[in-house]
Amino acid sequence: MSTETMTKPAKATTLQAINAAIADAMEEDENVVVLGEDVADPEEGGVCGVTKGLSSRFGDQRVRSTPISEQAIIGAAIGASMIGFKPVAEIMLMNFTTVAMDMIVNHAAKLRFMSGGQTHVPIVIRTMTGTGFSSGGQHSDYLEAWFAHTAGIKVLAPSSPQDAYGLMRSAIDDPDPVLFIENGPTYWTPAAAPEKGQRVPIGKANVLAEGTDLTIIAYSRMIHEATPAVAKLAEAGISAELIDLRTVAPWDREAVLASVAKTGRAMIVHEAVTPFGVGAEIAAVLNEELFGKLKAPVRRLGGAFCPVPFSKPLETAFAPQTAEIVEVAKGMVG
Amino acid sequence: MSNRAVPDAATQVEIYRRMALIKANDERSRKVVMSGRLVMPYYSPRGQEVIPSAMSVNLNDDDYLCTIYRGTHDMLAKGFPLKDLWAEIAGRVDGTCKGKGGPMHLTYPEKGVMVTTGIVGSSMPIANGLAWGSQMRGDGRVTVATFGDGASNIGAFHESLNLAAVWKLPVIFLCQNNEWGEHTAYHKTSNVRVADRAAAYGMAGERVDGNDPFAMYAAANEAVARARAGGGPTLIEAMTYRFHGHVFGDQDAYMDKARKAEAMENDPVSRFRARLIADGISTEEQLAAMEAATEKEIDEAIECALASAFPGVEELKRDVFAEELA
Repeated sequence: MSTETMTKPAKATTLQAINAAIADAMEEDENVVVLGEDVADPEEGGVCGVTKGLSSRFGDQRVRSTPISEQAIIGAAIGASMIGFKPVAEIMLMNFTTVAMDMIVNHAAKLRFMSGGQTHVPIVIRTMTGTGFSSGGQHSDYLEAWFAHTAGIKVLAPSSPQDAYGLMRSAIDDPDPVLFIENGPTYWTPAAAPEKGQRVPIGKANVLAEGTDLTIIAYSRMIHEATPAVAKLAEAGISAELIDLRTVAPWDREAVLASVAKTGRAMIVHEAVTPFGVGAEIAAVLNEELFGKLKAPVRRLGGAFCPVPFSKPLETAFAPQTAEIVEVAKGMVG
Repeated sequence: MSNRAVPDAATQVEIYRRMALIKANDERSRKVVMSGRLVMPYYSPRGQEVIPSAMSVNLNDDDYLCTIYRGTHDMLAKGFPLKDLWAEIAGRVDGTCKGKGGPMHLTYPEKGVMVTTGIVGSSMPIANGLAWGSQMRGDGRVTVATFGDGASNIGAFHESLNLAAVWKLPVIFLCQNNEWGEHTAYHKTSNVRVADRAAAYGMAGERVDGNDPFAMYAAANEAVARARAGGGPTLIEAMTYRFHGHVFGDQDAYMDKARKAEAMENDPVSRFRARLIADGISTEEQLAAMEAATEKEIDEAIECALASAFPGVEELKRDVFAEELA
């Protein structure tokens, strides 16, 4: 699907938006290249088809399917990026970043600093994850906190087609490594379509709903759990503000602090396990900056502290859900 | 083997100049660390001088190099300037990385020194990327990844060799087999020669005497020609011997004394020096003058480094990202 036809109808899916963002970037800049397992068209443009059509359009030198070799994929992206290319590397699933951690953490994130700015690594690492596919313990994890804990890499986690498009364009423009987290189960959810060329700035949150009693901070698929929660809370007479972080690192402190200064209450919701997570970092900053203004302890809702389970009821119970968000919010306000 | 490339007289002298520079620089480095004038982790390349010297005379400044923590010999052979190097290993602001990288992360893109890694095996995946870039551009450049024998048993080696072979990348995997992976002998960790593994990936590979400048030159020359001509990667296993322990301060009790003494007696630097004189390529006076000039250059680099300022703490916020941290 081309961007031209996509901008006409009001709707697009996140999968289409990411495809369009990469295609538009490749069209504008011949240094944008794509690599990863199955990414070219003979291999169907990836397991979910996110990069479908790109190799047919831009050639198999610029869109290369690779062996199943995550270190080699990220290494190749790093090397090419150091001499002027803008590689978009796919690591099929976020759990597979674990076998490329040396390349991502010790090299991509650190080479600019360790070389005193002589080299830099403008790569985008696309990776998909999330509960909902009954994929069990090694195909579903949200590991964003590991990367957010590493100096030198940015971490994005869009929740909508427009943000996915705009953040992907910004990620490809960015002179430093960017980890781009895609949620698998919401790939095919249609929503407002992006505009060609539109950028969403890295590090800027989006206030999806304004409120006065409580701030809910979430990102990625948790926005789809929090949005109905805000409506349910409104029915109960509670005015919740919903902030879509969009960028996990560097997160938008200004927007979050302004909101919580206003509401006095904050809840952070993510699918990653709660201990030592992104919620802990945000809660710590809220305590440091707004200690006297908080009307209730900052709450964190995250995944259960166990590997993602297979059995459907367990998998569903693993991640925060709308009802839980509503219940905790009521407890904080009431 | 008789029709292999032979370095001409001038190239032989140039190979020796680089070897003598590496040797002298190593001796000064150990002295400076021993005396406490500098504190740094130091991985001596002494004994391995021939390999990068005979390789680099086949390369241009704009060919790329990815090397490792035991890599000052690779860097100096590639033309890394002494002053930038010494100021960096002294942690000073005039260092090539502003003192933020140190001896294990020396970088100098002007001479193609793109990455120095402290992680065993990690020079190879990145070298592939540089070579892939050259392949896409058709710029004819060659990338060399150097590493030790120990790195041939880490996953990155296998992933990298396979990808390079499948993509026919203009890259050379230069294994410097110094018989030791940290404290463990190579034969205790592998059943095969490193070079034999080339066949498993369908790429050219050979084991060569890495202490013989002629054999090393010929192997490097062929690998570089193959890469430039689009013939794909080569794995070279250059046999050598590490004169010192893994890291400075390591007492190397695990190394067989007789084997080590034998290797040091056959010091490739003094051997090649004697040969150049015996073959009438150079004279004692010429080589002595060259060595004296090198010594002087090293002395100046060290003094310059120690006179340079330390970086300010504001550097903690710089170069993490393009934009300075708040």
